[in-house]
Amino acid sequence: MFSILRTIWYVFLHSFRKRITVQYPDQKPYLAPRYRGRIILSRDPDGGERCVACNLCAVACPVGCIALQATEDENGRRYPEFFRINFSRCIFCGYCEEACPTYAIQLTPDFEIGEFHRKNLVYEKEDLLIDGQGKYPGYNFWRIAGVKIGGKDKGEAAHEDAPVDVHTLLP
Amino acid sequence: MTSPYPILSILGILIVGLSIAALLIWVERRLLALWQDRYGPNRVGPFGLLQVLADTIKIFMKEDWIPPFVDKPIFVVAPAIVFVTVLMSFAVIPVAPGIIVSDLNVGLLFFLAMSSLGVYSVVLAGWSSNNKYALLGGLRASAQMLSYEVFMGLSLMGVVLLAGSFSLPAIVEAQKKMWFVIPQFLGFVLFLIAGFAETRRIPFDLPESESELVAGYHSEYSGMKFGMFFVGEYMGVTLISAMISVLFFGGWLGPILPGVVWFLIKTFFFISFFVLVRAALPRPRFDQLMSWGWKVMLPLTLANLLVTGAVVLFWR
Ligand code: SF4
Ligand code: SF4
Repeated sequence: MFSILRTIWYVFLHSFRKRITVQYPDQKPYLAPRYRGRIILSRDPDGGERCVACNLCAVACPVGCIALQATEDENGRRYPEFFRINFSRCIFCGYCEEACPTYAIQLTPDFEIGEFHRKNLVYEKEDLLIDGQGKYPGYNFWRIAGVKIGGKDKGEAAHEDAPVDVHTLLP
Repeated sequence: MTSPYPILSILGILIVGLSIAALLIWVERRLLALWQDRYGPNRVGPFGLLQVLADTIKIFMKEDWIPPFVDKPIFVVAPAIVFVTVLMSFAVIPVAPGIIVSDLNVGLLFFLAMSSLGVYSVVLAGWSSNNKYALLGGLRASAQMLSYEVFMGLSLMGVVLLAGSFSLPAIVEAQKKMWFVIPQFLGFVLFLIAGFAETRRIPFDLPESESELVAGYHSEYSGMKFGMFFVGEYMGVTLISAMISVLFFGGWLGPILPGVVWFLIKTFFFISFFVLVRAALPRPRFDQLMSWGWKVMLPLTLANLLVTGAVVLFWR
């Protein structure tokens, strides 16, 4: 019986507590930089697309909402011909970001992507691609990878020695 | 002491009563939010006051669906009963000297009779819905309201003994020297608990306990029929609060401010208390509810009645 009265009293004391509600549209909540929101495709420091159209993100995606088509430019650089994310299916798990070998695909702290029509939630490459480098500045896949592309021969990547000409090693 | 303009009183009490019941939806949500460290509805209009209007419009727009398996006439009548009986009880409540719809000399008995009739609404709704959850809710409601009605009536007899009248204005007049809550404190507590059971509010909301019985007796109701149950419940809360302030806290009596204001302040205080209890207490088991009613409350009420009777007898 006493505990009932005590409960009522304690609840009454809550009248003088601070309310913990965040008045959302007027007052934005703090979201960590690694919050998993709207997905973007970033560029490398030289302004080229980071994505190499390896399809790893599409494979990792548990709901299969990423679609892309690989192609090559005149320099032999692979890039996606189209890149489509259906945000009405995306569950913002972040697996695509985990899977990406080039830091191209990244999730951002923006979650306000509501639409009145479902088909407006299908984002094409031009909607996804941003001009900056996102969360990982300074990283350039093509400068590190040993692959040969136009303008960069074998052995010219960072931390790489020029390949040895095996014929000069002959006795 | 019946009002010189009965129509005015009737209209006034009807309109004020109904709008208070509607406003209570907002009041309850705001107060609950306050006690749970939230804000509650605060978007529509100033302080979210227009939420009431929005809710009303919404509930009128809803489809009023009568399921094909129900007992149609009873299903339709049931929500009206709760509404009508509660409204009838408001007829005997003295808001201020002269502002009363009908000064019956058995006003208190009339109130008890009307609140007993209210149980039919719940039972019939549960029965006619042809749904086991609704029926269980109806069963619980009938058992609960019958057993709590017994000592609800008896707990008020102490007040009647002290005042020497069943008429509510006479009871208020008799509290000129001292509010009845002091000599009848036990009676007040018992009536308060019975009032919770009568209005089927938490912690005694077993007939509609949504965690076990979907929504109990009104599971099958929708649209304005459901709204009637809802408004009926809020009117019930207002009614019990008004009765408490009339019977135990001197109704319109109070210094400086006019009587109506005092009456409203007291009533609102108890309405808030109803909400506070809802925010604080969980719901008991049904067997606990019944044994609490019959084994604790009823003997206490009888003892209270006996002692009051004895004191009044020897005093005079
Ligand atoms: S966040 Fe998850 S669901 Fe969304 S695109 Fe990436 S892998 Fe697919
Ligand atoms: S975004 Fe990353 S994982 Fe997806 S195709 Fe491009 S490079 Fe591969």
